[in-house]
Amino acid sequence: MQTALSLRLAHRIGPLPLKLAGAAILALLLAMPALHVWTDPASSLHVSAYTLTLVGKILCYAIVALAMDLVWGYTGLLSLGHGLFFALGGYGMGMYLMRAIGHDGNYQSELPDFMVFLDWKTLPWFWQGSEHLAWALCLAVGVPGLLALVFGWLAFRSRIKGVYFSIMTQALTYAAMLLFFRNETGFGGNNGFTDFKRILGYGIAAPGTRATLFLLTVLLLVAALAAGFWLVNSKFGRILTAIRDAESRLMFCGYNPLYYKLFIWVASAMLCGLAGALYVPQVGIINPGEMSPANSIEIAIWVAVGGRGSLIGPVLGAGFINAAKSWFTVAFPEYWLFFLGGLFIATTLFLPRGLLGLLRRHKEKA
Amino acid sequence: MMSVTTSQAVQRESWDGDTPASGRLLQPGLDVTHGQILYLDDISVSFDGFRALNRLSLSIGVGELRCIIGPNGAGKTTMMDVITGKTRADSGSAFFGQTINLAQHSEAEIAQLGIGRKFQKPTVFEAMTVQENLELALAGPRSVWASLRARLTGQQRDRIDELLTLIRLGEQRARQAGLLSHGQKQWLEIGMLLAQQPQLLLLDEPVAGMTDAETEKTAELLLTLKGRHSLMVVEHDMDFIASIAGKVTVLAEGAVLAEGTLAQVQADERVIEVYLGR
Ligand SMILES: Nc1ncnc2c1ncn2[C@@H]1O[C@H](COP(=O)(O)OP(=O)(O)OP(=O)(O)O)[C@@H](O)[C@H]1O
Ligand SMILES: [Mg+2]
Repeated sequence: MQTALSLRLAHRIGPLPLKLAGAAILALLLAMPALHVWTDPASSLHVSAYTLTLVGKILCYAIVALAMDLVWGYTGLLSLGHGLFFALGGYGMGMYLMRAIGHDGNYQSELPDFMVFLDWKTLPWFWQGSEHLAWALCLAVGVPGLLALVFGWLAFRSRIKGVYFSIMTQALTYAAMLLFFRNETGFGGNNGFTDFKRILGYGIAAPGTRATLFLLTVLLLVAALAAGFWLVNSKFGRILTAIRDAESRLMFCGYNPLYYKLFIWVASAMLCGLAGALYVPQVGIINPGEMSPANSIEIAIWVAVGGRGSLIGPVLGAGFINAAKSWFTVAFPEYWLFFLGGLFIATTLFLPRGLLGLLRRHKEKA
Repeated sequence: MMSVTTSQAVQRESWDGDTPASGRLLQPGLDVTHGQILYLDDISVSFDGFRALNRLSLSIGVGELRCIIGPNGAGKTTMMDVITGKTRADSGSAFFGQTINLAQHSEAEIAQLGIGRKFQKPTVFEAMTVQENLELALAGPRSVWASLRARLTGQQRDRIDELLTLIRLGEQRARQAGLLSHGQKQWLEIGMLLAQQPQLLLLDEPVAGMTDAETEKTAELLLTLKGRHSLMVVEHDMDFIASIAGKVTVLAEGAVLAEGTLAQVQADERVIEVYLGR
């Protein structure tokens, strides 16, 4: 029994070469911040702030892709609004970062610059407490979670499914974007938040700060993968795939899909919120553009290209597409969207299981 | 009304085909004082003005194996939809035992109350193995929390082994359910129903797509279940019906047309007419 279990585990984690590749990538990711801090900028081993930020950003996207895959790949709920949860997490963290600027803003006021500009005299109520990082993190996780809970409850209880569900999530993020574009909403309008100075007293652009944020992101990704692995291999995970494949059969087995959907949907939104909270201090900006419908669609494309219904697939997809994007937007900026669209169509037609499916097929042939 | 446990209510310890009398026929709380487990009374259902069920009344006795026949579109599947909560009746009432009004419960609740259903098109969880399909269906707590902490107990393992033997899929236990033959999927779905330990089983065309040998085995299986469970079987295959039937109910145009032994209904003029006249 014991051996059977460990065999099964080994089988699920993947064949040896894949495991080795995973370990190598993890070692490389852990080495990057060290190389950024401790090597001479002139040295060929040095990892530049640009590279570190770029990879850190992609890791945040990878976490979002993983969260997306839990609801789409495993549960069959295609969300086209996951960018909203990510952005809300970013805004939560952004509130703290804005407060941490203190008197060093352009107007040297206690209030964030955009509020001075709007001629506001006091902080709105929802900004209370945002000078504490811990509270800002609670907001970054809790607000996406709460929104997902309310939205999910209404949608799943009314048994809204398939394309209707997708359209509703898309409408939700669009509506939120319009709301955040307004100056009166109290989040800096279309400029959003930027010009951060420090976090917990450390300079936001200091090598040590960058390295720490990067490490935290790697940790979150690893933790999310581990939690995801445990979840999808539990009975709960099997119920999720049952919802995806034959929801009515599951209901007639006595399960109420509502609570299962709600649980994974809210957990996924909260994970996106955390990823957003790590993203904003690394890239130094958050604005309503992050809530644009196109962003959320892109998240779905990362997952589809990487391979949905697996844990590694979406991480691969987010990594591959965003690496390609950063190269394209320098080399041929005008062709990026064509490339992305083409890639999406090609995977849909030829690689239903995404890049991961391709890797596995290659492995099976060998 | 007080719930009464009849003499047939025996708590089942083990499961094997040789001891039909040891079945757990009744769960505590289900009141079957009058010997009936299911009452449908004057049920009507319309789809866009089309009456799929037309003042249908029917009742099933405890431990009975009832066959339902009727031409295509007679409303057999719709009747099962009403019983299991998938479709709501426009009028009329459906009671499980004397006291449980099925209209007040959701699909999942009705399943938990003890009504299991096999779909007309065999439906199993194709991405999972045969064994995992049975595991999900096993009776037990249905909450999210329980599912996160679930571990198979030795007892549950034994139960799965018994079921696998019963549905003749022991060799296929580790196989992905999507790869099974049509007939095997039918059996797996029946196995999943039994795993739920329902008191009433609704089987919608259980032998469709089965070979003659498979059909025969299924008839044997259903006969062993009779007495321990109450069963309602919808079928078009008359030979199969002949091999299992006690009482047969004929549905036509959403209502009961005739009831009796197979020979009786087959001799009934009106029945012959609906079968030939379409
Ligand atoms: N959801 C629905 N919407 C509209 N019409 C429906 C719906 N479900 C069933 N019907 C109609 O109700 C009638 C009864 O259908 P039902 O499936 O209950 O028949 P049946 O007796 O099971 O037939 P079969 O032997 O072909 O399975 C049919 O005419 C069918 O077209
Ligand atoms: Mg039918």
